[in-house]
Parts: sequence; C-alpha cells; structure tokens
Amino acid sequence: MNIASFAPLAVVLPILGAALTFVLIRHSRAQRTVSIALLSLTLALECLLLASVWEGGTAAVNIGGWLPPWGIVMVVDQFSSLMLVVSSAVSLAVLVYATGQGMADGDQDAPVSIFHPTYLILVAGVSNAFLSGDLFNLYVGFEILLTASYVLMTLGGTGPRIRAGVTYVVVSVVSSVLFLISIAMVYGATGTVNMADLAIKLADLDQGTKTLLHVMLLVAFGIKAAVFPLSFWLPDSYPTAPAPVTAVFAGLLTKVGVYAMVRTETLLFPGDSLNTPLMVAALLTMVVGILGALAQSDIKRLLSFTLVSHIGYMVFGLAMSSVAGLAAAVFYVAHHITIQTSLFLVTGLIERRGGSSSVDRLAGLAKLSPLLALLFFIPAMNLAGIPPFSGFLGKVGLMQAGIELGTPLAYALVIGGVLTSLLTLLAVARVWNRAFWRKPSDAEHPDPVLLAPRETSDTGRRGGRNNVTLLPRTMVGSTLGLVLLGVSLTVFAGPLFKVSDQAAADMLDRSSYIQAVLGEEAPVPLILTSGGGK
Amino acid sequence: MSVNLTLLAVMGALYACGIYLLLERSLTRVLLGLMLLANATNLLILATGGYAGLAPFYAKDTPAQDYNDPLPQALILTSIVISFAVTAFMLGIIYRTWVLARQDEIQDDVEDLRVAETPSFDAEDDAEVPMETSEFPLTMLGSDGRQVSDHASGSRHAPDGDGGETAVNTVAAGAKRIDAADAAAEEQPGSRNVTPGPEGGVK
Repeated sequence: MNIASFAPLAVVLPILGAALTFVLIRHSRAQRTVSIALLSLTLALECLLLASVWEGGTAAVNIGGWLPPWGIVMVVDQFSSLMLVVSSAVSLAVLVYATGQGMADGDQDAPVSIFHPTYLILVAGVSNAFLSGDLFNLYVGFEILLTASYVLMTLGGTGPRIRAGVTYVVVSVVSSVLFLISIAMVYGATGTVNMADLAIKLADLDQGTKTLLHVMLLVAFGIKAAVFPLSFWLPDSYPTAPAPVTAVFAGLLTKVGVYAMVRTETLLFPGDSLNTPLMVAALLTMVVGILGALAQSDIKRLLSFTLVSHIGYMVFGLAMSSVAGLAAAVFYVAHHITIQTSLFLVTGLIERRGGSSSVDRLAGLAKLSPLLALLFFIPAMNLAGIPPFSGFLGKVGLMQAGIELGTPLAYALVIGGVLTSLLTLLAVARVWNRAFWRKPSDAEHPDPVLLAPRETSDTGRRGGRNNVTLLPRTMVGSTLGLVLLGVSLTVFAGPLFKVSDQAAADMLDRSSYIQAVLGEEAPVPLILTSGGGK
Repeated sequence: MSVNLTLLAVMGALYACGIYLLLERSLTRVLLGLMLLANATNLLILATGGYAGLAPFYAKDTPAQDYNDPLPQALILTSIVISFAVTAFMLGIIYRTWVLARQDEIQDDVEDLRVAETPSFDAEDDAEVPMETSEFPLTMLGSDGRQVSDHASGSRHAPDGDGGETAVNTVAAGAKRIDAADAAAEEQPGSRNVTPGPEGGVK
C-alpha cells in the first residue's frame, strides 16, 4: 500500500478537525489542542507524501474507486506536494500565533470561538485545491477556502472589516462565477472536466476556442492571484482583518491562484500562445504594485502592495515556460509564502508592542524590543532579495532564466525585476528607519506607548505599568519559528531548487501527470510552440 | 451539441441584468446582481448537457445516446448550494452594514482616502536642506558665493534663494495648494484624516 493513497487525508483531517472544534465550541482549551494536533498530523502526512512522490513519482488517487476520467481524482506530484508541505507548515505557525493572541486577549467572546473551525476549513480548501486533478473539484476547493476566508475576513463584524469584506466577497464571487463559466465552456467543448483528460482533448480543439478558454481561465485565476489589472481588491481588503488572518491570506490564498495558473499554463494549455500578454502583466504587476507600496504609511497596507508586486515574479517565471523559469517560479512561490506570512505576523507583533501599524506613529522599536527588530529585519531583507537569502536566490534564478530566453521582453522583465527588488528594499528600509531606528520623540505623532518608560522584559502576558501590551511568548515563538523556516529555505536552497527543477521538468513534460491519472498507455500529445522559447 | 434557444436567450438576459445590477453602489442590488449571474451560469452549464433526454437510470434496452448527460446537473447542484451559502452570508454582511452605518451603500475606505490626500511633501525627507551638509558647519561659502549657515536649517521656512525673504512652503493636496505647516497639522492625531489609535488618539 503506497503512502500516496492517503493523500485525501490532507483534506479530510482538517475537515474532521473543523467538525470537532465546532462541537467543542464552548471549550477553548480543547479547541486549541484539537486544531493544533490535527494540523500537525496533516503536516507530518504531507511531509511523507513529498518523500513518497520524490521516490515513486506522481501518484493519483481515485476517490470512491470511480475510474478517471469519470470519477473525481486527486493527484500528488512534486509541485502539489511541495505546496502542501509549505502551506501546512505556514498555516500551523499562524494557528499557534493566533491561539497565543487569543489566550493573551481572552477568547471567551463568541465570534472568536468560531475561528478554529473556520480556519481548519480554510486549510482543507487550500489542500483540496492543491490536490485536485479535476477542474470542477478545483472550483469546489476554491469555494471552500473562499467561504472560510469570507468569515475570517469579517471576524468580529466591526465597521472597517465589514466594509473591506463587502469588496472582497463581491470580487471573489465574480471571479468564481467567471471560473464556473469557463468550466461550463470547457465541458461544452470537450465533454470532460478531468484535467489529465483535458490535457489530451484540448489539443484537438481549434485555435480560437482554445484561446477563448485559456483567456477565461487565466482571468478567473488572475483575479484570485492578484495579477495587475485584477489586483485592485487585495490592498483594499487584506489590511483590515486580524493579524493572523491577514498573514495566512497573504501566504496562501493568492498562491492558490498562482498554482491554478501554473496548472493551466503547463498542463491544460502548454506552449507559448499567451506568454507575451502574461509577461506584460507580470511586468506591470511588479512595478505598479511596488510603486503603490511606496506611497503607504501603514505597514500592513505596504506589505499588501509588496504581496501584489511579488506575484509578478511568479507570473514572470511561469510566462517563460522554460524549465529554468518554471523552476525558479516554483522556488519563489515556496519562498514567498513563508516570508510574506512571517512579515505579516511580525507586523501583528509590532502593532501590539508599538500600539499602531502606521510608520507615522511608530519609532524606536529597535531599542524597545531588539528581538522584534531582528524578527522584522530578517524576512524584510529576504523579501527585498538581499544576498544570501532565498529571495535573492529565487530572483537570480528568474533573471538567469530570463536572460537565457533572450527576447527583448524578457530583458525588460529582468530589468523590471531588479528595479522592483530595489524599490522593495527602499520600502522596507523606510519602515525600518522610521519604526525601528529613530527616536520616539522624532516621530510625527508617536504612540503614547512608545514614550512610556521602558519595561524590563518584552515577553510575558501584559505589562502592569502604563498599560503596555507586551508580547506573549507563543506569538513570538511561532513568528520566530516561521522566520527560521524562511532562513532554512536559504540554507537548504540547493535541495529545494533540485525539487523545483524536477517539479518544473515534470510539469512541462506532462507525461507523468497524464499517465498517473489515465494509465500507462494514455497518449501524451505533443506540445506545439510557435518558436522562440524552448 | 444542440442548444435550446429559449434557455440561451434567458441566460443572456440574466447575465445582462446581473452585470447591470452588480455595477450599482447599493449593496442589495449588488447581491441581486450576483444571484442573477450565478443563475445565468447554471443555465449555461445546463446548456452544455445538450437536449433533454431520458433520466440517467440504467436500463438494459435503452441506447446510450437517449440518456440525458447527468454531469452538468451534478455540477449545477453543487453550484446552487455554493451560491446559496454565499448569498446567505452576503445578506448577513448587508444587514451588518445597515446596523453599523444605516446605509445600504458601499462605504469608502478611510485609509485609502487618507493616502490619496497625503501631500507628497514629507517634512523629514523633503524639507529644503542647505547646500553644505558637512560635519563642520560653522560658516562657509555656498556655491553661489553667498554665505549659508546650517544653523538655519532647522527652520521649516527655508530662506529663499534670490530675495533672501522667507517664502511659505506650499504643498499640493488634491486640487488645491495648502501651507506645509497646515498639511502637517492635518496628519496630527485627532484630525479627521487620521484613524484613532487603540488608545483613542491624542491625550
């Protein structure tokens, strides 16, 4: 019995946890234990899955024994298992952080007790989207995670959250409707929604129909991934949610969109028919996003804009449709999930310690809490792509692939990527200079907390004097763990690049995916390229 | 594949009305628009199944092409359930907006407006600096031959290059120009443009 046949447990375990925590809604301690235990179990299972896929290659599980292309199938290949491991590790860290925050603030209130079940359903939806080998099941995965995210986004029902939630829900529903329309059209054109089967049947369609379906799917996923003209909703809605929620959204939700785009580009519509528009979109996403970040004074909003901007790097790697480019994109996705989430978690800590997340009100945090400064500095430099961090390695991989491709547009993207990286450095350096380095008396209007006499320790439950909210150990610990995970991506960049190289080669080759689902004798159609990139 | 023309026309009308309603500012109309869009999409999925046939229960003597395609109907069922849940949630949000703001309209983002109104002038970065920024700022000759002194640099109203008289710094705030000092005061806590901090703004 292969370990890969347990893949559906990655979806089932979190849903089971959601049911249990919902039953235990009045017992917050039991809720915490159950959700953390089940998520750890899921993570352990996914590590085993990654190992087994690395050894034994792509595996497919037919749900309920129905044979593909009729039944629902779940596929574990290197890319999806890598995404599963990274996303579960990140969501576990955020869960620990959130329970720490809940314990520190007293989570007896009714809306917060709904957090655990909703969060686990979100994780289940993300896992389902990563594992799905079926276009409609992918849609269901998206809907599971989106519905959970609507609840998390509006947690507590305060004015700003409801306002942000309305925009978020409407935009998400529109993108889901677009996705559903695309599925209907794909089914109308081919008579199947199984992705491996589609990979074979879509090749027989005429070019016009193919382009229409391709564009519709990319637009639907582009809204979810926040690719430039479709990214307006993200900086508007993310910053108002509670810190752990924003962190997990920033790490996972847009990456699920990117994952779906990767599958569309490599499995369903291989070749380079839409690479030029994708590259232009990637360039605009990078540059427009980071220019937006420079205008912000609120750290959460600034980070939301850098999130949009760095999606551009992944789309760039994807648009090159070469092994080197795709491998760099896969590496970058794994890196970016970890780093962006840890930065949002640190911002939550900054908000607790300094009383605000606006750089106009923050100052002197480096002296007040050197640990916090370190926790911010490492992922911030990593995000900006300073050597030797993984952000630098990912960007170098993308640049190399771009130069290898050698078209004028690829060179423009390489230059745009370097520029974006420097502007990211500028944006985070401004936060660093203002929030961490200057004296509190130099701030435009410093928060009263910062001017208070210094406490001796900055961990622990709650300071007595001046009502200074100090940093609970659980929250600092989980943030530290995530920052260390980010650093370990740098240390183990070699093996990780090997995994992403293999994943990219497998995805571009397609035969292992199609044959894992449809059997060894399934025909793998040749990929038609119009010349240019290879 | 053949298509029922009536269903197609209804679908088109639903899409048109849905998109029109979606573009309204009133939340209830947006919700109605989303519901119409979801139902139009359900009709689209139904259309992909082709003409109606026999119910897809297996019978030995029925040829395969006489059955209706069951998959689109299964997909529609799923999508109906999903849109039902989302509609219920949207109604909850709309009710909450009404409770909070007594308005059935999308509210403006305060922070967004604040960033839009923030003058591009930054008191720290953009204040006029004297030409000489060396470590020994006693009294030196500027490049234009006039004496400049660093000691005056603390003043926000920097000396004007030509006349030597004090010019008032102005900054662009939207369409109008306002005094830099006023612009800085705009950003003070307690001003309408600043969201109050957790402690409730200024002491």
